[in-house]
Amino acid sequence: MSFEKFYVHNGQSWPLEQVPVMDEASFRREILKSCETGGRLVNLFGYHAQDKNLYLCAVIGMDQEGKLSVFAARMPGGQVHFESLTPVLPQAHLFEREIAEQFGIIIQGHPWLKPVRSHQDYSFYEIRSEETHEVAVGPVHAGIIEPGHFRFQCHGEEILNLEIQLGWQHRGVEKMMAEISLERAMLVAESIAGDTVIGHGTAFCNIIEALSDTEVPLQAEMIRIIALELERLANHVGDMGALSTDIGFLPVSAYFGRLRGEFLNLSMELCGSRFGRSLCRPGGVLFSLGPEMIEDFRRRLLKAQKDFMEIAELFFSTSSVLSRLESTGRISRQTAEELGLVGPAARSCDLERDVRTDYAFGMFRFQHIPVSTVVSGDVYARALIRRLEAQRSIEFLLEALDQIPSGELLKKPSALKPSHMALSLVEGWRGEIAHVAITDAQSRLMRYKVKDPSFNNWIALSLAVRGAQISDFPLCNKSFNLSYAGHDL
Amino acid sequence: MSSLILHLGILLAFPPLLLGVITKTKAFFAGRRGAPLCQPYYDIFKLMRKGSVYSVTSNWIFRLGPLISTAVILAAGIVLPIAVFKAPVQFGGDIILFIYLLGLARFFMVLAALDTGSSFEGMGACREATFSCLSEITIFLNLTILALLSRGLSLSGIFLGGLASSWMQVGPVLILVAASFFLVLLSENSRIPVDDPETHLELTMIHEVMVLDHSGMELGCILYTQALKLFLFGSMLVSMVLGLMPRNVWGQGLYFILGILGLGVVIGVVESAMARLRLNRVLYLLYSALIFSIFALIVILVRGHV
Repeated sequence: MSFEKFYVHNGQSWPLEQVPVMDEASFRREILKSCETGGRLVNLFGYHAQDKNLYLCAVIGMDQEGKLSVFAARMPGGQVHFESLTPVLPQAHLFEREIAEQFGIIIQGHPWLKPVRSHQDYSFYEIRSEETHEVAVGPVHAGIIEPGHFRFQCHGEEILNLEIQLGWQHRGVEKMMAEISLERAMLVAESIAGDTVIGHGTAFCNIIEALSDTEVPLQAEMIRIIALELERLANHVGDMGALSTDIGFLPVSAYFGRLRGEFLNLSMELCGSRFGRSLCRPGGVLFSLGPEMIEDFRRRLLKAQKDFMEIAELFFSTSSVLSRLESTGRISRQTAEELGLVGPAARSCDLERDVRTDYAFGMFRFQHIPVSTVVSGDVYARALIRRLEAQRSIEFLLEALDQIPSGELLKKPSALKPSHMALSLVEGWRGEIAHVAITDAQSRLMRYKVKDPSFNNWIALSLAVRGAQISDFPLCNKSFNLSYAGHDL
Repeated sequence: MSSLILHLGILLAFPPLLLGVITKTKAFFAGRRGAPLCQPYYDIFKLMRKGSVYSVTSNWIFRLGPLISTAVILAAGIVLPIAVFKAPVQFGGDIILFIYLLGLARFFMVLAALDTGSSFEGMGACREATFSCLSEITIFLNLTILALLSRGLSLSGIFLGGLASSWMQVGPVLILVAASFFLVLLSENSRIPVDDPETHLELTMIHEVMVLDHSGMELGCILYTQALKLFLFGSMLVSMVLGLMPRNVWGQGLYFILGILGLGVVIGVVESAMARLRLNRVLYLLYSALIFSIFALIVILVRGHV
């Protein structure tokens, strides 16, 4: 059975009936075929349509061509079986586990069908041997971080296997989004991951705007990406500081910490919240920059740029730092590709994946940020990619400040269109954020699917530390700095 | 008598200040104001007043370990001369007693850590034991070299004897010994680049992770013992480098105090200027300390100075 490919754009909506629907076998074949020809699984999720049938929907991204294709499969009623894609397409592993957990589908042939967010009746993988030992860390940690459980199987100092179990932060975001008013949904979207407020906020706004055909004022688009880059800067700089803390290089960690504060303070001046809350609203933004503030921002960004360059130079030229970072926690390009990594984690493995370029959204359609990549795939690469991206973000911001269009800030969105589907990808600081929404015949949100970049990347951490020293784990973990809340939803 | 009181007074009261100096130096390099110099004293007093929590899986060895190690390190302090004050207890061969007292303290800390049955503490105990194998032999070699130079087998003889004249004759050898001593000091007292006393990451710690389950008075003892041990090592290094003589008590005493505070600053600078080593590289650091000592010993023996 063949069918017309259905391509969509980032931030677009389309009637639900336009999505090609096929049977389960062709669905599987189609995913594999697209992924063989340069495609990547952006999202794979299930939904109950109004006809009570269960559908699986796949979003495939052709990064090189900048095309997104969407197709779905209608699953038969009763006990549902689905032949697993994972053995041939490893990047599908977590999507399939999620579908199995959310819809009770039996995924046949999945190599490790363990729960994603629930922990009932789950026994961890273990190696029984006199020579190995097991170390269990979390979910309550020594530092102020989110809860997650890490189970190491070690031989002396060497990690043989790391199993990561998450789900302690599960708040039922997806279900809530489909049940509450849009005003509240906006607030929930901003809380999906506390450090990616602008990222998830923008993704949600794009969805609502697409579903209601709202033309967002240019000034609002510009403010959004300024805030997005500020968020990226604060987090990247904070991460570099955290990396220095972990290796005991305290002066640099203190200076990076201060610089992170500078960027957070800019967000605060922009919208009154250091983390960018209540800036993005469907139809535009609530705050803008006046001429005086623009001057002030420019002055402070220039100062921060100078400081950042100096401190980063000190960090990357200290030999004891390099000896800790280099070849620690390496991920090969092939592994990164197979796992479908996104964001800085992928770019540090020489994969050129950046939503800002591949599926440009908002103002990025007119303004480009060059994509940085690093080859080595180790902790050093993940530190360096943050430095490069931070530099480019500052340069971008300095240019963008000159070009803020005038005009309206907010245009009230009209009602949502019935039986439509919308897709929105945003390059948050951790990588690709993918939201998909489907409305029912009464124009209410029927299914809201959120995918945080952490969802793709957590598995990379457990592979990065395989064979490494257990004392290097915190460093590797920090080099990814993934979100627990974003994964757990 | 007054020399005995001064010796014990410095030994008991001074050590936490050394930790304070290190913290202050590090804060300075990080552009912060830092904790007060006397913070370690406050911490120790605070902990001493607090109650302890014991896990049901641990038994008496867990409670006793820290107390024994404090007592043992204090005993080690009693055989070591401090500044110009002779050790209250001294006899030929007390260097061996001194080294094994340090070993005994570690033994009990390791036992207490293993007693908790926690995987973290087991890992820390294992690391501590591994690294101390190398540092112990290095301390032995260093003290042997100094004993050869000063022709005394007691610590008071070594550190209050003729090291000043040895600096004239075999200065380069003493520089090697001092360097080796300094590296061992960093490793034995869990300072950067070997261990990071300030980290919260259990998986990377060496010494800190062994004491995670201790609280209250025991933790206070551990903190105090840590300061004491650092002070003992620092005192040996400073006495050796300054080549103190037991005359002009006040001048030399002042000299010593400045030396110890200076050492605190140096440790703080080292900790600020470099990152921690990867755990498996720590061995190389200890190897180099050992090689410095061996090299110094060879020079002494070949030169036939003794």
